[in-house]
Amino acid sequence: MTKSELIEALAKQQPHLALKDVELAVKCIIEKMNQALSSGERIEIRGFGSFSLHLRPLRIGRNPKTGESVVLSKKYVPYFKPGKELRDRVDASGEKFKIVD
Amino acid sequence: MALTKADFAERLFDELGLNKREAKDMVELFFEEIKRSLEHGEQVKLSGFGKFELRDKKSRPGRNPKTGKEIPISARRVVTFRSGQKLKVRVEAYAGTE
Repeated sequence: MTKSELIEALAKQQPHLALKDVELAVKCIIEKMNQALSSGERIEIRGFGSFSLHLRPLRIGRNPKTGESVVLSKKYVPYFKPGKELRDRVDASGEKFKIVD
Repeated sequence: MALTKADFAERLFDELGLNKREAKDMVELFFEEIKRSLEHGEQVKLSGFGKFELRDKKSRPGRNPKTGKEIPISARRVVTFRSGQKLKVRVEAYAGTE
């Protein structure tokens, strides 16, 4: 499922809203999640999961082309931990559906 | 304080002028629709954010960390999240609090 397919599915379930408004709402939710994570804030959605940042400490890496070592400073990466309901629902259906994009 | 569904609904109310009921429903349906898609084996790619992927894991031997007793971990399907380039870059720029 892509973002536009998600927008269509949500519009179908909320026929009283204009498609444009559904589209704006989806973009607004995604932008709010991006903003929260990029300012170090956690997101907790009951039954879905939580998003947080994990710290990758400073490490010495190598330029694979030249073999030269480079210092890679510490950085944060986004992390998602699925909630119990999502874990259970996905696992329960594993045998019924093949994984598709 | 972590962000919750109520914060998202508030934002939709403030910025898009949805009424409280519509805003709450929209947030609820947004996450429910993603869950439903994943539940049907369909991965979800939200451009500008990231991709929720599915993976089938084989069963493997495990251990109860408390007792040390061996117990098999059954085969299962799990969800993983891979952040998109845009989010990755924005988060990397975050310096942290310490």
